[in-house]
Amino acid sequence: MENLVEICGLNKAYGNKPTLHDIDIFLQPGQIVGLLGPNGSGKTTLIKILTGLLKDYSGVVKINGKAIGTETKAIVSYLPDEPYFSDWMKVKDALSIFMDMYADFDYAKCLEIMKKFQIEENVRIKTMSKGTKEKFQLALVMSRKAKLIILDEPIGGVDPAAREVILDTILENYSPEQTILIATHLIADIERIFSNVIFIKKGKIVLNKEVEEIRQESNKSIDELFREEFRYE
Amino acid sequence: MDFDTNLPIYLQIMTEIKRLIITGTYKPSQKIPSVRELAIDYGVNPNTVQRALSELEREGLVASERTSGRFICDDIERIQKLRVTMMKEKTDQFLREIHEYGFDEEELMETIRERLQNGKSC
Repeated sequence: MENLVEICGLNKAYGNKPTLHDIDIFLQPGQIVGLLGPNGSGKTTLIKILTGLLKDYSGVVKINGKAIGTETKAIVSYLPDEPYFSDWMKVKDALSIFMDMYADFDYAKCLEIMKKFQIEENVRIKTMSKGTKEKFQLALVMSRKAKLIILDEPIGGVDPAAREVILDTILENYSPEQTILIATHLIADIERIFSNVIFIKKGKIVLNKEVEEIRQESNKSIDELFREEFRYE
Repeated sequence: MDFDTNLPIYLQIMTEIKRLIITGTYKPSQKIPSVRELAIDYGVNPNTVQRALSELEREGLVASERTSGRFICDDIERIQKLRVTMMKEKTDQFLREIHEYGFDEEELMETIRERLQNGKSC
């Protein structure tokens, strides 16, 4: 199958400090990939490169065969780990911004997901709980027909019951033509939806495999394997 | 459904579908939900469901028809065989546990008879 994401020999340093080290990653349509590593391992740096927020790196990074730029930004839907709404905005303002900015934004679908989350259009985003804000952002991001969806800690701020709802929403709304990359440290809650996982440690890839293969070979959950790999971090 | 994430999830889905066949929830020749529907139902990756169904196809319990989806097999004999295999597997599992506790056969049989008479396990 064609690769949607191709990363070859990627290196990135902040000053003298290397952050990413000879990274090779290939992602295919239909995969839900867990990008797993402790704080400071390079997850967010990698995501910022894929989303075009960081430009000074060496190596090859391509999405859908194109170098990172305007064309790739149009096909990447990104959920950052922190909310980006302004204080004055209501839900409907954020919706119209998404309508204006993204040609692939499916307004009806977004309303449908919001209905499930019980989010109303006239609410001021500032007054929402952290969990509701996260759900709203997920609704926006999942409503784009983007080829690549990147979720940075999508269940970080919500209680276990809401986590279930968020995972269901991801499964219900992604299509086999899309690739989803999820950075998280809450592995036990989310590992059942992964097809593949990538472990990143001090800027290097230490594992990149299908999850069912891992379970078959080791009789271990991804969560357990992660705890072993990163025990002394 | 709760899965044990220490074991391949596709194997657990296979066991669950076999259970549904044995209990008659899925009847012979019945159409089963799509990969996507099952993935959402079970809350797992669609590839995992796909793999479980492919394995069940290989075992002859599920058959796919190119345009109309997947069906439970119509071979009653095969389903009967599945029942027997499952019963043996479950019994072996139970016996392994009993042996770990060191209970002997006579005690075991006596207890089973007594419990069945009291209707405790039915």
